[in-house]
Amino acid sequence: MVKKLAVLDVNKCIGCMECMFACTRRVGRAGFDKSAIRVRSAGGIERGFVVVVCRACEYPPCAKVCPTDALRVRKGGGVILNKDKCIGCGFCAQACIMGAIFWDDELDKPIVCKYCGDCADYCVHNAIGLVDV
Amino acid sequence: MLMKVEELNRVLYVDLTKKDIKVKDRTDLFDAYLGGSGVAIKLLEEECPTGIDPLSAANPIIFAVGPLTALYPTASKTVAMFKSPLTGNLGESHCGGRSSMAIRLAGYGAIVITGSSDILLYLTIDGDKVKFRDASSIGGMDAQTVGRILREAETGSGVRTIIRTGRAGGKLVRYACAVSETYRHFGRLGLGAVMGSKNLKALVISADKSVEIPKGKRKEYRKVYDEIQDVVVESDAMKKYHDLGTAGKLYEMNKLGGMAYKNLESASAPEEIARELSGENFANKFLSRRISCSHCPVGCVHLASLRELYAPGYYFKTTTIPYDNEPIYAVGFMLGMEHAEDCLRMIDAVDTVGMDIMSTGVVLAWATEAYGKGLITKAHTDGLDLQWGDVSTYLEAVEKIVEMPTEFYQNLAMGVEHASSVYGGQDYALAFGGNEMPEYHTGIACYINNLTGARHSHLDSAGYTLDQKLIGKEFSIEEVVKSLIAEEEWRQILSSLVVCFFARGVYTSERVVKAMAAIGLENWSPEKLEVVGREIHRAKMNFKFREGFDLAKLRIPKRIFEVPTPHGLLKEEDLRKAIEIYGEIISAQ
Ligand code: SF4
Ligand code: SF4
Ligand code: SF4
Repeated sequence: MVKKLAVLDVNKCIGCMECMFACTRRVGRAGFDKSAIRVRSAGGIERGFVVVVCRACEYPPCAKVCPTDALRVRKGGGVILNKDKCIGCGFCAQACIMGAIFWDDELDKPIVCKYCGDCADYCVHNAIGLVDV
Repeated sequence: MLMKVEELNRVLYVDLTKKDIKVKDRTDLFDAYLGGSGVAIKLLEEECPTGIDPLSAANPIIFAVGPLTALYPTASKTVAMFKSPLTGNLGESHCGGRSSMAIRLAGYGAIVITGSSDILLYLTIDGDKVKFRDASSIGGMDAQTVGRILREAETGSGVRTIIRTGRAGGKLVRYACAVSETYRHFGRLGLGAVMGSKNLKALVISADKSVEIPKGKRKEYRKVYDEIQDVVVESDAMKKYHDLGTAGKLYEMNKLGGMAYKNLESASAPEEIARELSGENFANKFLSRRISCSHCPVGCVHLASLRELYAPGYYFKTTTIPYDNEPIYAVGFMLGMEHAEDCLRMIDAVDTVGMDIMSTGVVLAWATEAYGKGLITKAHTDGLDLQWGDVSTYLEAVEKIVEMPTEFYQNLAMGVEHASSVYGGQDYALAFGGNEMPEYHTGIACYINNLTGARHSHLDSAGYTLDQKLIGKEFSIEEVVKSLIAEEEWRQILSSLVVCFFARGVYTSERVVKAMAAIGLENWSPEKLEVVGREIHRAKMNFKFREGFDLAKLRIPKRIFEVPTPHGLLKEEDLRKAIEIYGEIISAQ
């Protein structure tokens, strides 16, 4: 079954950033510079948090604007990035109104969610989770 | 940008006088003392000349994080060290929020700030780019507003921390604090005043690097990481601190008779007050959100939402106010508040001006008693009629401590030790080693902790916990002292790593060694940790002694011998004996 990451209940989010750390940990790093998920306050912590992550669109705008077909539409929604084809133009990041394409300054290429669910494994409060598409 | 684990050794030196920076390799310190408190005390020894005025340019501010920061869950604290303007010796204060993660991922193990600026500044630290920015327009502002403005004004990349002072810092209130992420504090011992004296309003630190796990270690690292995460999540601490938060134990402490109420007129409040000020009541009526420090799944920070009518014509305001065990004690129980709302309004007022809430509560409690006894009059208080539970008067008093309209308030702004030395009432001036007391009146251990702890903080050696364990048991004073010293020594390791004390059960010495090894820091053992913990503790004590701290001269307020603890009445001779034993042990080893 094809999965995607979903924000299940943003009101349960405590802003711990464990999800962000988990995503970058996949590549053997401690930090956020490879994270495809970001948690930030919704304009002051008192208003709670916003979890920004790819929603796995059925007709992904990011893929539509990619001039090199580096972003391929995944079956069931979302995209798969072929880094070899990517020229780092940044059009995808502009096209994603969710702001869910982050930038890898080292490679000068986008960071896109892989729908692996690692982040959700560390979300103790079940604010996010992997769901079937 | 990728860093190596060892790059914790990078120390950023900022000279505010010359507006100049340097980065130095201090592998020597991090190898020997881990980070946090261990490295900070060594940097303080180097940077702080003996006998200086804590509010002069010569006083350094040191922020330090540790080898586990950003790498493991609940390694979420930053240690600040300086010479305290409140006690005149060791100033050390810990804070979470995003501070530690930001300092480490900005590429530093520690930041040393020296000198004093001619104009009011704030600093931005964005990796290797450090900028001195004019803070003139935010000078007299409260900590919340400063945070809001800098968040918008500074566009630095990555995730950030904003450490700032409120008005009290600029006015040099000796117990002014520094605030990070609006709801977390470097609360105790006056960091805010030291920042004020340096003309430093705030620091904005951006995290945009990451630490590389050594290639051959990645599997092991993930395994140890998961083990720690599981233990944190399944620990009692998780439930206790997430559900009701630290406020959850107030009611029980009061029931036990170990809670200082109305300046320790008694050690428990009446039942209806205890219920009103309980964690359960705060949660039921006001809890609006729980939040966490970075990289901590617990989420102990409890925010209350208070809706108030503030002007006729349906002008309401809703304020978000952080509450915890200690603030509710200090401005709730200590000031005889009868309503949780009033307690919240006080917490908000004290937070807004940026003072340590524990010191503020104890200072005002002393002033209330001294006023009731006729020692001070309305001429001193600038017309205020200080009465237990009278929140509007207390709110005005908080303003006056900051604005200091009379000499009396200038003295209050220097702490209760000082104020009582001017006006009398020392028998009930509840400071130990110059620092205002925490809530506990649980037995002899909590007072040995207050008197001998390097920070005079209940978190130094948790005497209150030991007292509770000893109820109904036989024990000698020597055993108690030894056990407190051992606890304080071990806590030096936790605060050098730097992990949150709430997760102390998770980070056993074996697990610490494992966690270090899994990131390539191999040469540690439980025995070595024990030795280093002791060494750090003694270094802190030696700094105190160097600055004039004298165990034999500790003032003990009579009040604590007049009110029964759960162990009965305490005796001054026992406490003096304990201090003596403490002195002998630490000078022998
Ligand atoms: S990156 Fe944005 S546009 Fe592309 S699939 Fe995800 S949410 Fe949709
Ligand atoms: S699902 Fe995987 S790739 Fe996507 S944000 Fe979570 S950890 Fe990162
Ligand atoms: S791990 Fe869960 S609770 Fe923590 S920040 Fe991410 S979504 Fe929020």
